[in-house]
Amino acid sequence: MVVPHILSWIVFAPLIGLAVMSVIPGAAGARAIKWVSLLTTLVVLALSSVLVAEYYGLAPEFRRAFIGLKQSSFPEGSASLFEERIPWIREYNIYYHVGADGLSVILVFLTALLSFLAVFSAWNIEKGVKGFHMLYMLLITGMMGVFVALDLFLFYVFWEVMLLPMYFLIGIWGGPRREYAAIKFFLYTLAGSVLMLIAILVIYMECRTFSIPELVANPPFADRPSVANWLWAGFFIAFAIKIPMFPFHTWLPDAHVEAPTAISVILAGVLLKMGGYGILRVNFPVFPAATHYFIGLVALFGVINIIYGALCAMAQTDFKKLVAYSSVSHMGYVLLGMASLTDAGMNGAVFQMFNHGTSSAMMFMIVGVIYDRAHHRDLSRFGGLGLQMPRYLTIAIIGFFASLGLPGLSSFISEVMVFLGAFKSQSTLGAPQAFGVVYSMQVLTILGTLGVVLGAGYLLYTMQRVYLGKPRDEYANFPDLRPVEYAALVPLAVISVVLGILPNLALNVFNGSMHSLLTLWPPAAAAGFAGL
Amino acid sequence: MGLIEQGLLIILLPLAGFFLVGLFGRKLPRQGDWLATGLVGASLALAVKTFVQVTLQHDPFAGARTSGPWLRFAPAEALSIGIMVDNLTASMLVVVGVVSFLVHLYSMGYMHGDPKYVRFYTVLQLFTASMFGLVLSDNLLTLYVSWELMGLSSYLLIGHYFEKPSAAWACLKAFMTTRVGDVLMFVGILILFLHVGSLRFADIFAAVADGRLAGSAQMWAGLLLFGGAMGKSAQFPLHIWLPDAMEGPTPVSALIHAATMVAAGVYLMARTYLLLSAETFLVVAYVGGFTAIFAASIGLVMDDIKKVLAYSTVSQLGYMMLGLGVGGFVVTGYTAGVYHLTTHAFFKAGLFLGAGSIIHAVHTQSLAQMGGLRRKMPVTFITFLIATLALTGLWPLSGFYSKDAIIASAIEFALRHPEHLALPIFAVLAAAMTAFYMFRLVFLAFFGDPRDAHAHSHAHESPLVMTFPLLVLAALSLPPVGGGHGNWFWIGNPVPLRGEVAQRYGVATAEQGQAKVSTEHGQPVLTTEGGVAHGEHPAADDPARRAHTMAIGASVTVLLIGFVLAWLIYIRRVVDPRALACRFAPIHRLLVNKYYIDEIVQAGVIRPVMALCRLVARADLWIVDGLVNLTALVTRAIAWVTGRADSHVVDGVVNGVADSAMTAGKALGRLQTGQVGTYLTGGVVGVVMLAGFVFWVLAR
Repeated sequence: MVVPHILSWIVFAPLIGLAVMSVIPGAAGARAIKWVSLLTTLVVLALSSVLVAEYYGLAPEFRRAFIGLKQSSFPEGSASLFEERIPWIREYNIYYHVGADGLSVILVFLTALLSFLAVFSAWNIEKGVKGFHMLYMLLITGMMGVFVALDLFLFYVFWEVMLLPMYFLIGIWGGPRREYAAIKFFLYTLAGSVLMLIAILVIYMECRTFSIPELVANPPFADRPSVANWLWAGFFIAFAIKIPMFPFHTWLPDAHVEAPTAISVILAGVLLKMGGYGILRVNFPVFPAATHYFIGLVALFGVINIIYGALCAMAQTDFKKLVAYSSVSHMGYVLLGMASLTDAGMNGAVFQMFNHGTSSAMMFMIVGVIYDRAHHRDLSRFGGLGLQMPRYLTIAIIGFFASLGLPGLSSFISEVMVFLGAFKSQSTLGAPQAFGVVYSMQVLTILGTLGVVLGAGYLLYTMQRVYLGKPRDEYANFPDLRPVEYAALVPLAVISVVLGILPNLALNVFNGSMHSLLTLWPPAAAAGFAGL
Repeated sequence: MGLIEQGLLIILLPLAGFFLVGLFGRKLPRQGDWLATGLVGASLALAVKTFVQVTLQHDPFAGARTSGPWLRFAPAEALSIGIMVDNLTASMLVVVGVVSFLVHLYSMGYMHGDPKYVRFYTVLQLFTASMFGLVLSDNLLTLYVSWELMGLSSYLLIGHYFEKPSAAWACLKAFMTTRVGDVLMFVGILILFLHVGSLRFADIFAAVADGRLAGSAQMWAGLLLFGGAMGKSAQFPLHIWLPDAMEGPTPVSALIHAATMVAAGVYLMARTYLLLSAETFLVVAYVGGFTAIFAASIGLVMDDIKKVLAYSTVSQLGYMMLGLGVGGFVVTGYTAGVYHLTTHAFFKAGLFLGAGSIIHAVHTQSLAQMGGLRRKMPVTFITFLIATLALTGLWPLSGFYSKDAIIASAIEFALRHPEHLALPIFAVLAAAMTAFYMFRLVFLAFFGDPRDAHAHSHAHESPLVMTFPLLVLAALSLPPVGGGHGNWFWIGNPVPLRGEVAQRYGVATAEQGQAKVSTEHGQPVLTTEGGVAHGEHPAADDPARRAHTMAIGASVTVLLIGFVLAWLIYIRRVVDPRALACRFAPIHRLLVNKYYIDEIVQAGVIRPVMALCRLVARADLWIVDGLVNLTALVTRAIAWVTGRADSHVVDGVVNGVADSAMTAGKALGRLQTGQVGTYLTGGVVGVVMLAGFVFWVLAR
């Protein structure tokens, strides 16, 4: 099945849902609004599945393309990467330009999947249903737009469009400290976007274009490395805040803890991926030389994230905050993997983004289940729930072990790939050396494996505190999982198992694109660089 | 059906059982235990068939292997997944199949009426599938996958009674301790991938043979893999989880924590033998030897019947490692280690299941409350006694041959290299302790007067479904099946095992001058250069022959000493054990407290790590986040000032930063040509603000 303008449909379908909702009376039609929300996200999910299927059906040269790095056989102006390009603001050479290579396709699918499942998590929200779901639709449009925009201006607009609804979704439907958390999230991201905006404008002033493919084909400031380095840093900080990378991560525990479950799912599952995506879509291909210069630092911060996040998680007593810090740790693998500049590491990083999307979504839903019943998240007050809610325990075991990267589940595959890639890598020269610091990628990787032990530590310690031990009387009447909770959790568990056994189902979507991206740093050049 | 399809089916049958029983167990008659048991029975039948097909060829290279791409991390590059069947695999398949099948059967009686019956069988299926997967893997990646899945099964089964806090802690401890080893192993895998570019055993060994993997990389890869083996096989100091793992149901202790999973570390060493360097072999030998004597000494004083057996398991695993370690230098060690793995699996599973039968009858694990059970439980008693005699190494039971082979190898090594005299001393002393603690256990449980009349009066022999496995396991320790030169393992002929290793290893390291190959009766034989080749000196002063004689003498002597001491103390009561404990109070206290290793780990590792975690979390809150909040505060102050100055109402941080964004845009715009930046910033921020306001209103 070939759907014309499929990307535009995926991006704007939620706005149709939003329009439908706007005519339903808010007070009486709460149920109808939820169903519209569910239906809309289901349509988006179906369209995204079609996108994946269509992508699988593409000729090999298209599946090996990375946006902007077209193969020679790649016909110019072809719509085969689902591209659409129409002038938007002619005076400034701004286009509505969307397109998707493997990297975009997998993240679009992840976004669609989590958007759909999170509706189930939001099912029990009764306050301001209309506003919630309308903002939610706008949020989906923003996120989808970021993953398919090929014009930096458009990219920036979608980036900001995503930000606003998120601010209100946390600030209105959040927990007790929602306003503080919302404004912190908003400002932090905005601070990053200002840097990004400046970088975008500098590029525009020089090249008179916002087109990502053109910039990839003709990297700006190739002859002025110091400018390129500054621009790289501008983009990178904007994205690093989103990932979030130490030391820019402190918005995340607050935002996650205060956000309602569905929004935590989207935050952890999708929003953090926008950071990783941005780095791979803009920083790496547009500034290959600057990337090479900074890559050792990216690896270093990746490892810091892994260990620092895990240590913080271990000390938490709030269940949700613990999961939030575990995200910091898990996104460290993404940084480490992409910093390896190897096939295994890059693909591991992208796959880790997908797997963290599913596993962290599961974890937040698992927290949501118990928070809905107990109305607190204090780990020291739980215990013995496994006996009272056996089905919940079974799902929790899958979620916890998916999160700690147990073999047989998908995150194991991505972690292994990240480590295999990073261990082979020679990325640590460049900036670290310029600053007089020398360390080896091998040592960094070995330090990173400590995260595997620490991860098992905080997750199993949590499992022990919540589910094992003597049952407590106050939780004796808790009902086991409800159908709507099953509906949200079971698909994620199944995906985790299936991709753990058959990882190629996902890897084949993007490994061609990532391989093409890597051609920017040919091994010979890397070796030459290493010899500096 | 070829060997490969057969091997695949061996894994898939219990794996299917895992999903079937797990999803539908509650709806099946008898909660699906027959299905699980039947599937493992079918796997066992195929395992026996495989064993016959492979080992009876008496060919070191008999078997089959195949692999295909699995993890495609680039269009043209992938990590492979594959199955291999060779002599070692075939032997392991039989061991795992037999014990797993018998434990499935036994659990029908032992676990009867348990509220988590389905969960128990489901996880047992997962474990069996993973263990089969482990021994059939042709590469380190799927071996690691199986390895970790076994860890998960072990975690879930130790925590079967998770409502008991002690069980909840025990499963956490088991997983974390083995995880430390696993990460070491994983780094070893990374090193191998870096230097070899593949994780298939065949490729790794080829890399050793052609010198691509040599020197420190080879040494570290071997040592780190051994780190994983130390965790799984409970070698000192990573042994601490295994005694606590006895919190699991007793059939689980028999299957996972005695016979099979804990032997996976030994299997790993045997499987990767060809990549181990001389340094690694020495480390393996010393860690194994020390663990053997260390754990045995703790077993002397334990009161809990399962704890005695647990420390005995740790000790025997140490023996196997010792055998494999000295096997790097003397020809018999490799076979001895693997042989002991197989004999130990059967008699130790028999001992645990026997202990389970006792616990089932008297509802206590404390030896102090048992006694006089031999008349009440004759089948359990006889089978337990046979297994005990096999473990203590009485001729002609299976343990005699395997343990003797290890001790002989250690002695031979010491004869060739006197500086390693400690190894045979460890082995012989541990054998003496083994004899003592096992006879102590038998005397306390089955002989004398009942010390708890109530428990004794209710005791009864277990049902057939439980005693049948005991009988089978006892039979597997007796000649002709389990002992002597007619036993199954020997019929399968260990020489092929050794042959492949020797030939490959000889080829691999001849250039390094560590080892060379000679031939004995047409079979390739490994020997060290400094030593005397096996085939060249058949004279009476041949160290191998002398070692063998000495080993038999030593093991018979220490067996007698151990037996007599236990008999004098616990039957004749010549000395009161309590008086003895008082007499040697410091030593006794040290042993009862397991050398305080748990306390040392608690104070030296866990507490510091937790303190570090709290410190980092506090720093995160007050320093990293504090800076963020400080920035916000400063921005607000500036916004307030500029707001006043511009007679503008700036009432929040949002606008403050929006302003700075505008300012930045303006500044930039002035730097460059035109005012585009201002337009864009103002436009976007304005639109966004407006949209936000609209939604704010809508949402109210």
